[in-house]
Amino acid sequence: MSARLRWRKFVSGFMLTMTGVCALVAVSVLCFILGYLVFHGGTSIGWNFFTKLPAPVGETGGGMANAILGSAKLLFLASLFGVPIGFFGAIYLAEFSGSTVAFIVRYAADLLNGVPSIVIGIFAYSMVVLPFKHFSTLAGGFALGLMMIPITLRSTEEFLRSVPNALREGAMALGASKWKTIATVIVPTAYRGILTAVLLAFARVAGETAPLLFTAFGNRFWSHRWNEPTASLPVMIFTYAISPYDDWHRQAWAAGLVLLGLILAINIVARAILSRGSAVPRS
Amino acid sequence: MKRIAGMILLAFGLTGILWADSTLSINGAGATFPYPLYSKWFDEYHKKNPNLQINYQSIGSGGGIKQLTEGTVDFGASDLPMNDDQLKAYQEKHSIGILHFPTVLGAVVPTYNIPGVDAALNFTPEALAGIFLGKITKWNDPAMADANKGVKLPAQDIIVVHRAEASGTTFIWTDYLSKISDEWKNTVGAGPAPKWPVGLGGKGNEGVTGTVKNTPNSIGYVELIYAESNKIPYGTVKNASGVFVKPSLAAVSAAAAGAAKAMPDDFRVSITNAPGKDSYPISSFTWLLIPEKFSDAAKRDAIKGFVRWMLADGQNYAEGLSYAKLPKEVVAKEIKAIDKIQ
Amino acid sequence: MATTSKTVPGASPIPGARSFLSRLREGDEIARMITFLFAASVVLVTLLLVFELWRGSALPRHKFGFAFFRTSVWDPIFDQFGALPFIYGTLVTSITALLIAVPLGIGAAIFLAELAPARLSDTLEFFIDLLAAVPSVIYGLLGVFIVIPLMRLYIQPALKSTLGFLPLFQGPAYGVGFLTAGIVLAIMVIPYIISVSREVLLSVPRDQREAALSLGSTHWESTWKVVVPFARTGIMGSIFLALARALGETMAVTMVIGNTPIISASLFSPGYSIAAVIANEFTEATGDLYLQSLIELGLVLFLLTFILNGLARLLILVTSKRGSETALA
Repeated sequence: MSARLRWRKFVSGFMLTMTGVCALVAVSVLCFILGYLVFHGGTSIGWNFFTKLPAPVGETGGGMANAILGSAKLLFLASLFGVPIGFFGAIYLAEFSGSTVAFIVRYAADLLNGVPSIVIGIFAYSMVVLPFKHFSTLAGGFALGLMMIPITLRSTEEFLRSVPNALREGAMALGASKWKTIATVIVPTAYRGILTAVLLAFARVAGETAPLLFTAFGNRFWSHRWNEPTASLPVMIFTYAISPYDDWHRQAWAAGLVLLGLILAINIVARAILSRGSAVPRS
Repeated sequence: MKRIAGMILLAFGLTGILWADSTLSINGAGATFPYPLYSKWFDEYHKKNPNLQINYQSIGSGGGIKQLTEGTVDFGASDLPMNDDQLKAYQEKHSIGILHFPTVLGAVVPTYNIPGVDAALNFTPEALAGIFLGKITKWNDPAMADANKGVKLPAQDIIVVHRAEASGTTFIWTDYLSKISDEWKNTVGAGPAPKWPVGLGGKGNEGVTGTVKNTPNSIGYVELIYAESNKIPYGTVKNASGVFVKPSLAAVSAAAAGAAKAMPDDFRVSITNAPGKDSYPISSFTWLLIPEKFSDAAKRDAIKGFVRWMLADGQNYAEGLSYAKLPKEVVAKEIKAIDKIQ
Repeated sequence: MATTSKTVPGASPIPGARSFLSRLREGDEIARMITFLFAASVVLVTLLLVFELWRGSALPRHKFGFAFFRTSVWDPIFDQFGALPFIYGTLVTSITALLIAVPLGIGAAIFLAELAPARLSDTLEFFIDLLAAVPSVIYGLLGVFIVIPLMRLYIQPALKSTLGFLPLFQGPAYGVGFLTAGIVLAIMVIPYIISVSREVLLSVPRDQREAALSLGSTHWESTWKVVVPFARTGIMGSIFLALARALGETMAVTMVIGNTPIISASLFSPGYSIAAVIANEFTEATGDLYLQSLIELGLVLFLLTFILNGLARLLILVTSKRGSETALA
C-alpha cells in the first residue's frame, strides 16, 4: 500500500470517527439536559408543587398549582382556536383548492410559522389585550393558537394528500359526494397522521414563553375568569429562574421537569401513533 | 377522540361553573422595589377577605405607569411619582386623574459581591458616581481605598449591574446621583431607564440581586430587603452632612422627617440626599397609583378598603421586611385622601 | 388536484326541483365554502399581523427613517432610539451559534446518513427530534445555572489566557454575554441542522456514492467530495433555517446575554438582542415613540426571519428536486 493511500485511508477513518463524535455530542446534550433536570427537578418536586399557590415573595414553600391549571387553560384555548383553522384549512388545500389559492395559503402559513414568537406576542397584545383592556387567558390562548395554525395546517395537508387517490375515486364511484368522501374515507384514513400533527403542534406551543409575557401576564392567585391574567408554567420558570431566591430556583427546576416531561411525553406518543398506524403509505 | 374531547370540555365547563363564584379580582402592576411587602400584604388581605384577590405583578415602575395608562390594570405602583406629562396623558385618555398614595419608605443600597470582602464598605458620593460613570474601574481605586482603610480591596475590574428595564429603583438611584454629581446630571440624568455608561442589565430588583450574587466583583443597587434576604453585603453611603450612614429603617425615617412635615397634597415628593446627619441619602417613598374614578363600585370599595387596611394594620408588616413605616402625619393625610376615590 | 370537480356557476337547480345529485353537490359547495373560510383566515391573520407591525411603527419610521438602523443610542429619557446595538447583538450571537453548530450538526448528520446502520440512525434521529422539542425557557434555565458559571469560571479565563491577544476574547469574564448566548443558541439549533441535513443527505441517490467508491475513493472521500456537494444547497437550507430560528429566539437569549445595548468587539462583553429588548421593555415602554420603536424592532426581526426562511425553503426545494430528477434519470 502506498503511503498516499495509507494517508487517505487514515483521513477517511479519522473524519468518519469525528462525525461519530459529533453525533455523540449532540445526543449526549439531550441526555445531559434530561439528567440534570431530573436530578434537580426531582429533588425539588413534591406534592405541594402541584397543590399549593405560590407563597409571598421571599418566603419558602408554596407551589405552582395555579400555573399548571393556567397552562392547561391556555393550551385548551389555543387548541380550540388553532386546530380547527389548521384542520379545515388543510382540507380545503388538499381537497378543494386550485393551485393559486393553495400557494397563497401555504405561503402565508409558512410566513406565520416563521414569525418569531415574541412578535406574535406583540400582535396578540395589540389585537386582544389593548381592545379588551385586560391581560387575559384569552389573549394568551390567542397567541399560542396562532402559533398552532401553521404547524397543524401544513402537516395535516401533507397527510391528507398522502391518502391514495384510489380511495377517493372508489368512494366517489360508489356515489358518495365529495364532502362525504372526505368525512368518511379520507380523514379517517389519515387520522393518525392528523392526530400526530395536532399533538406536535400542541407540544410545540406548550413550552412557549415569549408570547405569554405580555398577554397572559402572570397571577399569584387562581385565575377565575377567562378575561383575567393567569399564571403559566413557562413564564413562572422564567421569573423564578432570574430571581435571587434559592427556593424559587428550586421550584423553577421542578417546573422545568414537569414541563419538559409533558412535552417529551406528547412527542413520544405522537411518534408512536404515527409509526403504529401504517395505513397511510408514506410517499 | 370525540369522547376525550367531550370530557375535557365538560371538565373545563365544570371548573368554570364552580369558580364562577363571587370572587372579585383586582389587577395591579408596577414597582419591584416594594414587591416583597406587597405580595405579603395581598396574601394576608386575601386571607382576611377570601372573596377578594389582588393580583400584583412586579414588572417595574415604568411598566406600572404604562399599563395603568393603557387601562390594562386597575391600579399601578411606582417608586417615582408620575410626572406632569404622564398625568396629562392619563387625563386625556381617561378624562380622570390619578391619585398617589405613599405606602412605605425604602432605601436603595449599593450591594456588591467581592470574594474575600465581607465588611460593609463605605461609599462616598464621588465613588458611586465614578463607578457608575465607568470612570472608576478597579476595586482598589484610591476613591474606594481611601474611604475603606483596613479593608483589602482586590485589583479586579468592577462589574456594574443595573436594571434592564424602566424602574423606579433606578429613578431613585439616578435621582440621587444627579443631585451629587454634575457630570452624572449632564451626561446621564435622572430617570427610570437612563442610557447607562457601563454595566450589565438585570431584570427587576430580583434580577439585579441575582446577577450580583452570581457575579464576583460586581456592584449593583437594590432595595434593602433584596440585599438582606439574600445575604449579600451592602455598603454605607456618605450623606449630605458628611456622615457615613448605614441603611436602616431609622435612617430612612430620619430622611423622611423633613418631607413628612411639608407633604404636598398630591404626595409627590423626592427625599434623596435629604439633610440631617442621621439621614440615609438614597431613600424614597413608594406609591400606589389609583385612578380617581372606578366604573365598578365593587372594585372601588375593595380598593378603598385595602388602602385603609394598608395604612393601619398593613403598616405593621413593613418593618419585618425592612421597609420603614409611613410617618404619622402622612398616614393622617392619606386617610383624608381616600375619599377622593370615587 | 386532478380530481377536483369544478362546480359550474349558475347550474344550481330551482328550489323544489332538486335532484338527489345536485343536493349532494350543494353539500360539497357548502363544505368547500366553509373550509375556504378557514383557509382564508390563515392568510387574513398573517396579513393583519404584517399590517399591525407596519402601522404600529409609523412614528419612528417617520422620525428616524434609516437612521434607526445606523445609530446606537437607545435612550428613552431623551427619546432617542437607534437599533444598531440590538441588530449587532442579534447577528453576532446568531453567527457565533452557527460557527459552533454547523460543523457539529453536519458532522452528526453525515454520521447518521452515511455510517450508522439504519436502525441506530433512526433511534438517534428520534432523540435529536426530541431535543428540538425542548422549549427555549428550559435552555435558558440551564444556561443560567450551568453555562454561565462554566463560562465565567473556566471557559472565559481559559480563552483569555490562550487567545487573549485577539480583541474577540478581552475584557472581564462576566459569564453572560455574546459568547454565552451564542453557545446556548448553538445547542438549540443543532437538532434542526442535523434533522434537515440528514434528510437531504439520505435523498442523494445511491449510484452517486457507488460510482465514487468504484473509482477508488475512500469512504470519506466519496462522502465529502461527492455526496455532500450534491446535497450542498439542501444543507445550506438547513443552515438558513437554523439561522432564522436563532435570530428570533427570545427567552434563552434574554436570560444569558446580559441585557446591555452596547457594541463591542469582544465576545465576552454583555450585549442585547432584538427579541430580548422587546421581551424586557415592551410592557413598560412609556411614550408612543418608545413603544413604536420596539414594534419597529419587531418588524425588523420579522423581515429578517422572513427572508431567511424563504431562502431556506427555496434551497431545500431545489436540492430535493434535483435529487429526485437524477434518481429518475
